[in-house]
Amino acid sequence: MSNENIIEVENLVKKFGDFTANDNLTFTVKKSEIFGFLGANGAGKTTAIKILCGILFPTSGKVSVAGFDIYKERNKIKENIGYMSQGFSLYEDLTVKENIEFYAGIYGVKRKVIKTRLNELVEKLDIADLKNKFVRDLPLGWKQKIAFSVAIFHKPKVVFLDEPTSGVDPITRRQFWDLIYEAVESGITVFVTTHYMDEAEYCDRISIMVDGKIDAIGTPAELKTMHNAKNMDDVFIKLARKQSEENK
Amino acid sequence: MKRFRAFLNKEFLHIFRDVRTMMILFLIPVFQVLIFGYVIKNEVKDAKVAVLDFSGDVMTAALVAKLDAANDIKIVKTLYSYEEIEASFKANEIKAAIVFESDFAKKFNTEKTVDLQIILDASDPNLANLLNSYISAIANNYARDKNIGAAKINVSVEPRMLYNENLVSAYMFVPGTMALILMVITALMSSISIVKEKEMGTMEILLVSPLKPIQIIFGKLAPYAILSIINAVSIIIIGNLVFGVPVLGSPILLLFVSFVFIMMALSLGLLVSNIAKSQQVAMFISMFGLLLPTMLLSGFIFPIKNMPLALQYISHIIPAKYFLSALKSIMLKGLGISYIWKEISILIFMTIAFIGISIKKFKIRLDS
Repeated sequence: MSNENIIEVENLVKKFGDFTANDNLTFTVKKSEIFGFLGANGAGKTTAIKILCGILFPTSGKVSVAGFDIYKERNKIKENIGYMSQGFSLYEDLTVKENIEFYAGIYGVKRKVIKTRLNELVEKLDIADLKNKFVRDLPLGWKQKIAFSVAIFHKPKVVFLDEPTSGVDPITRRQFWDLIYEAVESGITVFVTTHYMDEAEYCDRISIMVDGKIDAIGTPAELKTMHNAKNMDDVFIKLARKQSEENK
Repeated sequence: MKRFRAFLNKEFLHIFRDVRTMMILFLIPVFQVLIFGYVIKNEVKDAKVAVLDFSGDVMTAALVAKLDAANDIKIVKTLYSYEEIEASFKANEIKAAIVFESDFAKKFNTEKTVDLQIILDASDPNLANLLNSYISAIANNYARDKNIGAAKINVSVEPRMLYNENLVSAYMFVPGTMALILMVITALMSSISIVKEKEMGTMEILLVSPLKPIQIIFGKLAPYAILSIINAVSIIIIGNLVFGVPVLGSPILLLFVSFVFIMMALSLGLLVSNIAKSQQVAMFISMFGLLLPTMLLSGFIFPIKNMPLALQYISHIIPAKYFLSALKSIMLKGLGISYIWKEISILIFMTIAFIGISIKKFKIRLDS
């Protein structure tokens, strides 16, 4: 982890009519850290991710990703990020190889480079026999691992993972996190949302969003001592309870 | 450009890999041309007819009055030369012309045989057929009435089919099937393919990628545009080989009009994909909102003039109506662009309108 900020968000506000989805968010993400973006469903996580990925404009506030301004340099941001959504985002009717070639292609990776990286990937994941199979025939765990590999195939500076592990068993989740660590070692910054609190412990730093605001931010250890909690689950419940009491 | 090519490549993989898509694209058009070509029949109502009377005697006047009184025929014009017949047909003012030879009454009474010619616009073959039998029957009845007690006399009817000399009814259905097939492939298939991308969540990934939205839309629509043109050409070829449907006008103009219609249908597909949230909804809207009207209200199966007034008004907003009319003019009448510029302009206007609405809807969605 270095001290260089790869994501800088200052006073980000996003309103949909009267509803404020993101209420004055301010945070930074450092280069090659794993930043966990936590919050209950509807807390505004997806809205924030969409803004960071450049597919939604903020109502106000300053946002820069990979050193580029969200208002002026959206195209540059898009070149430098990867994205994986809950749905794993692979085409079921294409083979693994075709999926990889497609995504690498639209990110402008050169054909020769695609070939070498594909071979490396096949070796690393040991998927020589899966390479030419249709994605629909793969088990969920594999789809997920391959979707992640596709999201970082063009070697982005930041990869956004929107609940990448939902619906998968704990062992596969653990394997998936091994891939994330590996990506971080190669210098990629990981921005991940999850609602599994055990996964929050794997992150370098986390923020917890409640009702469009960031309620807490820090390393898992800091948050646990700050809220006098045994684990992240506890921290989360305490924050949520505090919020609902304030609302009364 | 390289990125766009990678995207197009994927689109074609989707299409060629799906058996159902391939069937809709390549088998159904062939079957539909054949089925429609052989099966469908039409009806007549108040068909406009002109009279060219070289005789102008009591007898022809009586016959004209009798024809005009008939339910299905309306005499709208009196002509004075053969040239005018051609002109009236081209202006689409009449569906048939009746020619009385000179000295009609005299020949009928003395020579006991007289000629009456019916000229029909057979690019609408079912209508032409029916008009032929109606007019012949009325003329023959009249002759029989006049003939009580006298020797046997016949009014001989010589129909000459303009534009579709042999009166093959498949002629009409080639343009109709083309409109239908192009609508299915472009509007239905392209809207489903876009909505599928939204439903599977892959649209998000595409929007996050460096591809521009316009490239995504273009990449989704282009394959269907290409395949529709292939289909349009093959329908014309099948029509020609199996039913002998001619292309009297300019093939380039024909392709151009088809292209305009394809663009219109694609813009409709885009609009549907903007409205629909799931593939089923897209299919439902396309089926009931686009395909059924194309089939039923465009004049393809039922003549528009036989419809209730309300439906006749609705038919004005059915794009296929203008496409059909233009196709018939080019293929069966051999007319040039000066006769169909109106249809072409309306289709282009519709395309622009649909794209405009789509963009507006798309912006609203991104904002909220």
